[in-house]
Amino acid sequence: MLVSCALVLLMTGPGLALFYGGLVRKKNVLGTMMQSLALMAIVTVLWALFGYSLAFSPGTSFIGGFRYLFLHHVGAAPNPAYSPAIPQQTFMLFQLMFAIITPALITGAFAERMKFSAMVLFMVLWSIVVYDPLAHMVWGSGGFLNVASGGMFPTLDFAGGTVVHISSGVSALVCALYLGKRLGYPHESVRPHSVVLSFIGACLLWVGWFGFNAGSALAASSLATSAFVATQFGAAAGVLGWMGVEWIRNGKPSALGGISGAVAGLVAITPASGFVGPMSALAIGLIAGLTGYSMVTAVKTKFGYDDSLDAFGVHGMCGTVGALLTGVFATRAVNPVFTNGRGQALAVGLIDGNPHQMLNQLVAVAISWTLSIVGSLVILKVVDAVVGLRISADDEVQGLDLSQHGEEGYNLEG
Amino acid sequence: MTRIEAIVRPSTFEPVKEALREIGVEGMTVSEVRGHGRQKGHTEVYRGREYSVDFLPKIMIEMILPDNLVEPVVQAILRTAKTGKIGDGKIFISQVQDAIRIRNEERGESAL
Repeated sequence: MLVSCALVLLMTGPGLALFYGGLVRKKNVLGTMMQSLALMAIVTVLWALFGYSLAFSPGTSFIGGFRYLFLHHVGAAPNPAYSPAIPQQTFMLFQLMFAIITPALITGAFAERMKFSAMVLFMVLWSIVVYDPLAHMVWGSGGFLNVASGGMFPTLDFAGGTVVHISSGVSALVCALYLGKRLGYPHESVRPHSVVLSFIGACLLWVGWFGFNAGSALAASSLATSAFVATQFGAAAGVLGWMGVEWIRNGKPSALGGISGAVAGLVAITPASGFVGPMSALAIGLIAGLTGYSMVTAVKTKFGYDDSLDAFGVHGMCGTVGALLTGVFATRAVNPVFTNGRGQALAVGLIDGNPHQMLNQLVAVAISWTLSIVGSLVILKVVDAVVGLRISADDEVQGLDLSQHGEEGYNLEG
Repeated sequence: MTRIEAIVRPSTFEPVKEALREIGVEGMTVSEVRGHGRQKGHTEVYRGREYSVDFLPKIMIEMILPDNLVEPVVQAILRTAKTGKIGDGKIFISQVQDAIRIRNEERGESAL
């Protein structure tokens, strides 16, 4: 479990920071990477003070209570509501990694144009208003959508399809729409300044994702192995899906397309990883690769929003597709989550013979979308009123690095 | 004294440099530059968005020469930098009023 924690942290720091850092123009590289680092620090502190409590302590169906405030009662003893085997502190730390990377994913949508102060304030509020309640509903004991504790709409979300990717991706779209386009977009060149950095970042994301998905078994068990396997197959199929369609349509398979496909596949397999077999994982990854490609090419162009680094296209949409496909492909052969009174495993997903599960998945998707849209919109209004969201046009031309941080990523004469 | 600015393909730079050394050019300043004349750029595609890249990488060589070296230098560059296709570059020739060696304040051709 501790290894899984470290792996997920590898996703956020080097992984996401490099992935996003390479996709922006070079005047914004530090500003973009800094957002990931700052969130690692900020969310960690929030989590210790009250975040973990709001997400995972006993409370209402929609949000946790105050029992674990300041990490009271969170020690070496396991919390049987989550895992009888591991210390609650380990569980708390593992969950913290999810709470960090989720807001960090959003930064891709408002890249290159948001004030650092506004980003900090937005993310603090977003963690409280959107992430903590959603994590509690899906994973918190007694949550409205929780499978293990018999929620009203038991949702299959193994490692964060609704909680992480839909919430971040949909909030990202709201941010992109609210902030408006970058200056000059889409007429001026906003090419990625280093696909090399992005490439390394995406490969680190791929590795870190094993911590995300396999770790969500919360034990060194056969289920962890199964999730590990599904993750690998989902990612591989995602690469081939995205790269393949690009090859057919543009005549050239690009490196950026390949790594984007890997991330799309990983996103979609996340909710399903602990519920599906390898063949289903291949199907989910492939569909995700195609979905991601059409989102960032056709859909984004058609509607003209500036989701700068495609946080919505890749995380929001592939997360939604993944959450729904989990309902289709989940099987009791992999993870018998539903049992009858006599302990016999019942059908889990649609193909397994439980069409009703699709409704549960739809409800969870709808709730994630709604909470993300409404929550983000309200927070953006508040932050806009308090500190203002966008950097000035002059600062935007100069770049985040100089205007927000007083330094440059690349000093040639240094 | 004459200034020669030659913009050449990066792939022809090494042969050009060798040829210039052979005919006795003692100093030059070289920069990596980007530009275009009649040669069209290319397009790059990132996540389905096409970008046309107009400015292509070239090497610019600057030399200030005694007048008697100008024609041999021009011939050497023409011989080594020409592929016959669009994008081979250009040579600009202009007069230089004076040259001063900062170290000992020598002036004129002896400062070159």
